[in-house]
Amino acid sequence: MSLVIKGASLLGEGTTDLFIDDTGTFVDAAPSGAETVDADGLVALPGLVDLHTHLREPGREDAETILTGSQAAALGGYTAVLAMANTSPVTDTAEAATRVWELGREAGLVHVQPVGAVTRGLAGEELAELGLMHRSRAGVTVFSDDGKCVHDARVMRRALEYVKAFGGVVSQHSQDPSLAGPAACCHEGELSGRLGLPGWPGIAEEVIVARDVMLARHTGSRVHVAHVSTAGSVEVLRWAKAQGIDVTAEVTPHHLLLTTDLLVGYDPTYKVNPPLRPQEDVEALRAALVDGTIDAVATDHAPHARHDKEHAFVDAAFGMLGIETALGVVRTALPDLSWADVARVMSVTPARIAGLAAQGRPLAPGNPANLVLVDPDASVTVDRDASASLSRNNPWHGRSLSSRVVHTVYAGRVTVRDGALAQAGAHSS
Amino acid sequence: MKHLLSIDDLSTDEIIQLFETAADMHDVQGREVKKLPALRGRTVVNMFFEDSTRTRSSFEIAGKWLSADVINVSAKGSSASKGESLRDTVLTVCAMGVDGLVIRHPASGAAVQVSQWVDAAVVNAGDGMHEHPTQALLDAYTLRRHLGSLEGRHVAIVGDLTHSRVFRSNVQCLTRLGARVTVVAPPTLMPSGIGAWSAAAGFETSYDLDEVLRGAGVHGRPDAVMMLRVQRERMSGAFFPSPREYTVGYGLTRDRLALLEPDVPICHPGPMNRGLEIAADAADAAQSVVLEQVSSGLAIRMAVLYHLLAGEPEGGIA
Repeated sequence: MSLVIKGASLLGEGTTDLFIDDTGTFVDAAPSGAETVDADGLVALPGLVDLHTHLREPGREDAETILTGSQAAALGGYTAVLAMANTSPVTDTAEAATRVWELGREAGLVHVQPVGAVTRGLAGEELAELGLMHRSRAGVTVFSDDGKCVHDARVMRRALEYVKAFGGVVSQHSQDPSLAGPAACCHEGELSGRLGLPGWPGIAEEVIVARDVMLARHTGSRVHVAHVSTAGSVEVLRWAKAQGIDVTAEVTPHHLLLTTDLLVGYDPTYKVNPPLRPQEDVEALRAALVDGTIDAVATDHAPHARHDKEHAFVDAAFGMLGIETALGVVRTALPDLSWADVARVMSVTPARIAGLAAQGRPLAPGNPANLVLVDPDASVTVDRDASASLSRNNPWHGRSLSSRVVHTVYAGRVTVRDGALAQAGAHSS
Repeated sequence: MKHLLSIDDLSTDEIIQLFETAADMHDVQGREVKKLPALRGRTVVNMFFEDSTRTRSSFEIAGKWLSADVINVSAKGSSASKGESLRDTVLTVCAMGVDGLVIRHPASGAAVQVSQWVDAAVVNAGDGMHEHPTQALLDAYTLRRHLGSLEGRHVAIVGDLTHSRVFRSNVQCLTRLGARVTVVAPPTLMPSGIGAWSAAAGFETSYDLDEVLRGAGVHGRPDAVMMLRVQRERMSGAFFPSPREYTVGYGLTRDRLALLEPDVPICHPGPMNRGLEIAADAADAAQSVVLEQVSSGLAIRMAVLYHLLAGEPEGGIA
């Protein structure tokens, strides 16, 4: 099915028509028999790319599946997601990675790119079969033990060295377990002291970020810092980039807008790892995203079954939903960020970091047609029950967020039309 | 009040009212027949997710002397490890028709969360490192029996503040009643951010127990000393080097006892580590109110259950 997208504003500037042929490629003239999508007043961006998504399949299909996670991603304006490796079983073999990749293709709503584990079983001891995962059909290039830190410096060093052979990157969950153990769940500060919750100090992240940039320099390899959450980490990153160290970093939408004081009522919806931080950190993260010290926004979309959140705060699961709301959160937290910068941090740079050649490209003839059309003036009040995700651990419920995803096009196919999932086979309507 | 989760839930008037009720209840303890009919037909469940002898017995006797049907449910071990959510565990118990749920849980905030799930009145009998409001009420009640009004009185709280729910409830309760409070601990056993907290809440902090007992701090000599339990296992978290070193720095030793006026009450919430945070001489001194705290605890818990569950007081309680 070919498409004509009429009157879209490219990256918020100039109005133009976009043409997509039936191979899913942008072309320079309207193909015959094309469906017309009215994009008057809508901003066109390259489809969003999420470096950090938990799809829970295999293992916790009651919380999310690759299909429902893909649906949620499409509704959020995404055309590619990197599926984290901490499933059950862990994505630490070529077979496991290929299975995730295949299920993503079957769902067909976004490109699902598996992330491989750095270490076998996420145990932090022996390297997983990094090279075999890379050579598999899934072509894994991003490796992460996310949820756990590769805390052993020797293992981290070897992983960084090893993936150089094929241009891989290690995405680190930075948490020194001796400074922030498994119970740590509240930003360490006055509030954790008052609430009596085990503190998760910023320093536990910063010492790992500092160590890893030095390891990256020493090995001449590339490291990516997942979910940066503190001003101190930003300082380290700024220094490292000034030294020419090959480091990239992401920030989550929730760390750009939510603060630690939300924990005052012990609602596990707000329990996330790393924890929500004080306003000073939020401000530093925003500034770092604007000036490029932080390269990308990544959701850390982390669905959980209701009963895994209905425990005492310290016992409840870590994580919150975020992929359907990410763009709205970024627009709300950073209303002055240009649309070109939104595209940079949510599509172009993440695609480059993950090595996804078909993603994050200009909306120009010859390129694969992955795009999202956004109503820049709308606002959306989030309803957790309206989500495509199977889970409801949504910290944005009831909040009003700026802008609205109207249409999403993945590989030339409309996946979201008028803010709702497009019906399969309904393209000709 | 619907629940008692935190000292913060109580107005100063409500605290005073609880003390007045507790005084009446205290008188009942001296009677030959101790039972009052106030809570006849009411069911109170003591749900303890953590070991406790004194608090559980205290609530059990308090409920029984008020004629409530009291059931103890031991739910030790995290419900997460059994695959049942905390919500399911408490809803199951409450489905049996419970009017009052007394909950002790090793996790901070558990009582707050539970109160949002159930219809029963919830009493926090200690949640992790967060609060233990009836302990603070009984401590203040006990001190008032010795000192009269706490307005302007100086209370020193000494020990493992980081892990102490007793400290967190007491510092709120005592400052609310007008007392001046100094909390004393080594830096490793002070909660994070206590500088900002103490500044906002108006209490003092010190690393030097001798200085505080000698009255060298801004509040002068203490009118009461409250010792907190220190767990020997804290050494494994590198909180302090050895029990011996702790005692030398922060124990209420015989030498420090001599620094106190003989009428300065010494409190301890129990169980005491004799020889660690409190010397036997201090624990058994005439000015020690440790056992009185236990009987005050009964009176306070009777008062709390009465106010939460008796409905509109009619015809008094005597």
